[in-house]
Amino acid sequence: MSEHEYTPKSKVGKWFNDRLPLLTLANHLTDYPTPKNLNYWWTFGGILTFCLITQIVTGLVLAMHYIAHADMAFQSVEHIMRDVNYGWLIRYIHANGASMFFLAVYIHIFRSLFYGSYKSPREVIWIIGIIIYLLMMAAAFLGYVLPWGQMSFWGATVITNLFSAIPLVGEGIVTWLWGGYSVDNPTLTRFFTLHYLIPFLILGLVVLHIWALHVPGNNNPIGIDIKKPSKDTVPFHPYIVIKDGFALLMFMIVFAFFVFYTPNILGHADNYIEANPLVTPAHIVPEWYLLPFYAILRSVPDKLLGVIAMLSAILILAALPWLDTSKIRSAVFRPLYKQFYWILVADVLILGYVGAMPAEGLYLLVARIATAYYFLHFLVVLPVLGFKERTTPVPLSITEPILGGSPNLAAVKKRDSFKDQ
Amino acid sequence: MSEKKTNRRDFLFTATYAVGAVGAGAVIWPMIDQMNPDASVKALASTEVDVSTVNPGKTITVLWRGKPVFIRRRTPEEIAEAKSVKIEDLKHPEKDEDRAKNPEWLVMLGVCTHLGCVPLDQKGDYNGWFCPCHGSHYDTSGRIRKGPAPTNMEIPEYKFVDTNTIKIG
Repeated sequence: MSEHEYTPKSKVGKWFNDRLPLLTLANHLTDYPTPKNLNYWWTFGGILTFCLITQIVTGLVLAMHYIAHADMAFQSVEHIMRDVNYGWLIRYIHANGASMFFLAVYIHIFRSLFYGSYKSPREVIWIIGIIIYLLMMAAAFLGYVLPWGQMSFWGATVITNLFSAIPLVGEGIVTWLWGGYSVDNPTLTRFFTLHYLIPFLILGLVVLHIWALHVPGNNNPIGIDIKKPSKDTVPFHPYIVIKDGFALLMFMIVFAFFVFYTPNILGHADNYIEANPLVTPAHIVPEWYLLPFYAILRSVPDKLLGVIAMLSAILILAALPWLDTSKIRSAVFRPLYKQFYWILVADVLILGYVGAMPAEGLYLLVARIATAYYFLHFLVVLPVLGFKERTTPVPLSITEPILGGSPNLAAVKKRDSFKDQ
Repeated sequence: MSEKKTNRRDFLFTATYAVGAVGAGAVIWPMIDQMNPDASVKALASTEVDVSTVNPGKTITVLWRGKPVFIRRRTPEEIAEAKSVKIEDLKHPEKDEDRAKNPEWLVMLGVCTHLGCVPLDQKGDYNGWFCPCHGSHYDTSGRIRKGPAPTNMEIPEYKFVDTNTIKIG
């Protein structure tokens, strides 16, 4: 991992490091050469780590007071809110923390899309990221069921029923997931167990995500390969640590605003009604961060195809490094891609909006067009663009546009060879 | 090494893998099957309902296996409407006679076959049920007519124990 040999200064440090090289790892992390042009969109990795730790810590505390039983879960959540010391604060941080986690992950994902961070040689980082994102959605869904309110119960019913769309074995799988013939106490207890497990799986994958990142190093806003370390890089500590810390403080202001001023605005009022298997709420909507996929599910009139479309919308992201045929990473040098990028952002926002609206009339029509465009972007626009687009010249190094020349001789050679053709 | 001959060691490897796979399977299956409905859940398999107070045009909802069951005493108009539908017009063709043996009583699982919500009574374009979740319309026989649900609402096993009592399950 580290490009230079590291020897601890103290005798004890050396003794320990020879037996377990933790200090070498710490040195690698602090000295880690980082492109010096990273902008604030690159601070969301650190923010996401903060979100994960916040969810794990508040979740552990909540689990000390919560009772995973169909007859007691709802009461125990109210008990946390009213009786447990600071229970309201801890629960509001956990509930809004889920939303903040998704807000940060969407910014993180769209940053990758803009700057081409998913492209070679960073495909494995990207795919691990997609797995983390899938696990986040699973954790969020399972956690939403635990308060055992009306939205918990019916959300669980609708989502588990997605599996019934599988031919032949679908019904059997749903019964197996439920542990009965409907969502009930056996479902709640297993959901609690899995909700507890997944954050630790995510933590493990985050370690792999960062490990895989540290092999090629960070991408950067101009998306070029840089020589490390060189005058194009700065050490992670203190430069990036301070920048990430400042961005995290800004993020925490937004987080605190939700927790202290509008703690329920992102939730749904129906979830303060205890689960009732006889009455479905008039209008079922998932949490905001799942709405685009919900819109895709509803826009397809066939049950099985709707489920397949929804899953494909997420899994297609894993194939992105191969669907995008352009050699240029950053959208800064791709005038056409830049426009399609913003159309995709608008498309996803529109899907999110219609996902919250009833599935009829104009909303349904808009959802269908937006769904079609979503797949068109990945399956047609991106592959074709790589061949058709005239990209603008890419600098040889981060400093070249200002200082001229390049510390990266390989890149100079490569550009010269292109000129000859 | 010119030619690979099957020897004693290859046989031992294959035999070991085979025994190992059987052993792994024997351990994994209980871990999977423990999630299936347990004995106490299965024990609640049938329920008896007194329907003497249900007048024509009224529906009662009872809980069976954790799911709502609609018991509707249909009006003559509703029965006529259900019977008049051409079988070719149905997405999931089922005759009304097959769904309601005693035409006055429609007993069915009140669960939308799309994704499991409970449809609303006397709503929708076909005077039957309407699912608020994703907009499936059912007729007065509980058959799917419009929307994403793939099949008609399910008819559970039931019988009249006497004129006023229905046993579901």
